[in-house]
Amino acid sequence: MIPVLLLFIPLVAGILGFFIKEQKAASNWAIVASVVTLLTAVIGIYAMPASMHQFEASWLPNIGASFSVALDGMSKMLVLLTAISMPLIFIATRNNNYTNPGVFYALMLLAQSGLIGVFISMDALLFYFFWELALIPVYFLSSIWGGEKRIAVTFKFFIYTFIGSLLMLVGILFVYLHTKDQSFAWSSFTNTDLLSGQETLPFILFFIAFAIKMPIFPLHTWQPDAYEQAPTATTMVLSGVMVKMGLFAVIRWVLPLFPVASSAFAMPIVILSVIGMIYASLIAIQQDDIKRLIAYSSIAHIGLMAAAIFAGDTLGLQGVQVQMFNHGINVIGLWILANAIESTLGTRKLSELGGLATKAPTMAILFVVLAFANIALPLTNAFIGEFLLFNGLFQYNIWIAAVAGVSIILGAIYTLQMVQKVLFGEVSVVTANATEINSYSKWVLIVIVIAVIALGVYPQPLIDLTKDSVNALLVIK
Amino acid sequence: MNAIIVSALLGVVMMFSGIFTTNKTIIKNIATVGVLVLLAANLMEMYNLFSFDINTHDLIVTQRYGLFFNCIAYGATFIYLVLSASDITEVGVNVAEYFALIFFVLCGVAIISSFNGLLMLFIGVEILSIPLYILTGADKRNLKSNEASLKYFLMGAFSTGVMLMGIALMYGATGNFGMVHNAGIRGVITASQQPPYLLVAGVLLLFASMSFKVSAAPFHFWTPDVYDGAPSVFTSFMSTIVKAAGMLAFIRVFENQYMVLGPTWHIIVDFAIVTTLLIGNITAVFQQSVKRMLAYSSIAQAGFMLFALYANNTEIAKEGMLLYAAAYSLATISIFAVLIKLQDYTLDGFNGLAKKEPVLAFAATVSLLSLSGIPLTAGFFAKYYVLAGAMQAGGALWLIIVAVLLAAVSVYYYFRVIQAMYFKAGDPETLPISGGFKAALIGVAALIVILGIWPSALLSWLYF
Repeated sequence: MIPVLLLFIPLVAGILGFFIKEQKAASNWAIVASVVTLLTAVIGIYAMPASMHQFEASWLPNIGASFSVALDGMSKMLVLLTAISMPLIFIATRNNNYTNPGVFYALMLLAQSGLIGVFISMDALLFYFFWELALIPVYFLSSIWGGEKRIAVTFKFFIYTFIGSLLMLVGILFVYLHTKDQSFAWSSFTNTDLLSGQETLPFILFFIAFAIKMPIFPLHTWQPDAYEQAPTATTMVLSGVMVKMGLFAVIRWVLPLFPVASSAFAMPIVILSVIGMIYASLIAIQQDDIKRLIAYSSIAHIGLMAAAIFAGDTLGLQGVQVQMFNHGINVIGLWILANAIESTLGTRKLSELGGLATKAPTMAILFVVLAFANIALPLTNAFIGEFLLFNGLFQYNIWIAAVAGVSIILGAIYTLQMVQKVLFGEVSVVTANATEINSYSKWVLIVIVIAVIALGVYPQPLIDLTKDSVNALLVIK
Repeated sequence: MNAIIVSALLGVVMMFSGIFTTNKTIIKNIATVGVLVLLAANLMEMYNLFSFDINTHDLIVTQRYGLFFNCIAYGATFIYLVLSASDITEVGVNVAEYFALIFFVLCGVAIISSFNGLLMLFIGVEILSIPLYILTGADKRNLKSNEASLKYFLMGAFSTGVMLMGIALMYGATGNFGMVHNAGIRGVITASQQPPYLLVAGVLLLFASMSFKVSAAPFHFWTPDVYDGAPSVFTSFMSTIVKAAGMLAFIRVFENQYMVLGPTWHIIVDFAIVTTLLIGNITAVFQQSVKRMLAYSSIAQAGFMLFALYANNTEIAKEGMLLYAAAYSLATISIFAVLIKLQDYTLDGFNGLAKKEPVLAFAATVSLLSLSGIPLTAGFFAKYYVLAGAMQAGGALWLIIVAVLLAAVSVYYYFRVIQAMYFKAGDPETLPISGGFKAALIGVAALIVILGIWPSALLSWLYF
């Protein structure tokens, strides 16, 4: 029952939200709805018996599709991430004003519902449904409330993902026709009569869709533009949660379905991911716009996770799941900072900022901690995740691990450069009248920073949450 | 039989209603009720309650599948009349005749869904087409409408000639008007390894003329001009119900006929599908007029419907054809109903519609999402079923990949309309819009979504 609730609370709240006209009311409504979802998720995952974690209902019996959802080891982590992210995002951006606020928050909640649906569906057709449905609200959010070039950029993003998902649909059909019982269920999909040579084609069809979503070099070109142009609250959803759809889908649908093809194609994919990491890091160093910098840094981090998935090591897979969660909350923290800077100072350009440490000391402390987390220093949550990832990569191929390691250094360069240009140095014209960030953002950031340090010191809860999923995967392999 | 007789009678009734009253509202209401009567008569036959018992010597054989298609066509016509009947009455002076012609077209639909021989196919297609030539030219004082009508008539007549030629050749080869599953013809094919050239030539000519009727490439050239020139209300009718009926005829006549062509058959259909999809989708991208864009989009959608032809006889493709007909008709009727209310048919004419008329914009958006095949709308399952059918029939994967990539292209032009409505500023001029019209639009949008979540709601009627 729990997964159904997680799906329908934001969905219903979103639909009702369309009718709210007033800014504060809409914001409150979204916060209440997302907090209720969060409570349901936490209570559901930790306090309810496993029998409550599954739900299955008949949907289209004649073609073998059913409404089958489950909170299993693979999905718990990301459902939790989605549930935690939304209230943080809503509270942190509470001071932002939107035209038609009701519609804005309604679409955000619908996006949340779609995302949770992607993570919990255990039926390929249902998964495809949610995969598309998570996209539609984001398309409208970015196109209506985004920056100057929003229409063209969001459209590019949409078409890119849509092409990917259509190819995935062909892949789904292909596998479906090879299932033994003509069913879309995950269990039937993992147990097909595909010969190992036949795996290649559907593997490619599935993988392109997920590679676009992650994104893996060279399919990443939609991402920096989309992040830059989307309204910041949407960007947080995009980079905090939505890019994890691609990684998650590989773990859920690609590895178990096509084990042979996955290991056959592992090397090129790992190499592409590592190229992407280095490439994105090098570009990030050159960026003057904070949003673009975070976007490229995000590509680098996702690249590492993608590489570790295909390097195919138990610890590495666990690391990916832990890191997906950690990256999610860390990057949301960075976006909150970017949003705070932009909304108080009216610019995102590093060259126009400087000396904020003296003007806004609290923000400076929070900023520095998050920056450290972005470079995965020990004591921050990202350390343990990246450690596991590099460990997996190291055992896969020492040279690739070494090259990937360069991105850590590059990451330190661009992150510290950003810290330096924003917080230290001369006070510029723009920052002369800077004030402390608003209390909503501040408290959310404090929560995030506490989580960063707490999970950095004691990451065991996250690792426990992923254990059974990785074991399940190994059984299939 | 019921549908054929009742629709013909209703056509006559509509013709005479023009003599007794000139009140447009009354005529409109008679027509709307008439469609419901027609639907009821068809349902009665479907559920074996009552049907006219006429011996047609096997020229007409009604089957559940065809009757169910009638229901979809008449249901769509009912929705069409609810949304657009008042616009039909504005086209010209002879209001009653337009409705009469529409009923004659519906009579053609009924024949097409139940013919059992090439002769009845021919009669059905002609009954379907001739009223359309007139409806296209209904806006008598408009040069474009006249031109479209003449063009349609000349090319249509030519294609009719081709079809007759094909039928004549097939008759020559086999000695009767039956179709391939007819024992006599099957004997001709199996007796000689190579089917007689006359028969092959006849089947090819039939393929060409049917392609013309459903505007499949390379016989699509009339479509954009005719759809663009015809009064918009009639374009809506022509491009939905009539087109779906044409496609049904195409599929039914080639249900077994394809055997004549042997392995060449797949080459021909592959070619037709790819060119239709390519030409429809790529050309639609460059259109500035939404009406013309929809004309090309209807070519593109025909390309998808051809997959049902490709997958001949698989259960899922047959269901897919019905679903496609319903999904495509609903979406296109509703988007045309919105289009008619606008003064300016260019893309810019849609700018800012969401602010001014949110209900219209919302309904149009749902329709456009359905046309592009986004999940949660009927269009997704329609595409899914025909593609799954093609795949099940052992279709080449490259063909399906080409089709989905071109479906991604279609998103480009459909979404440009959504962008204009929601993201661009403007103040579009509209005709007066009644509350009932809005409610009906919302109803259609709801129907599209329901079919998008649960297509069995429609398809289970096929069996129960």
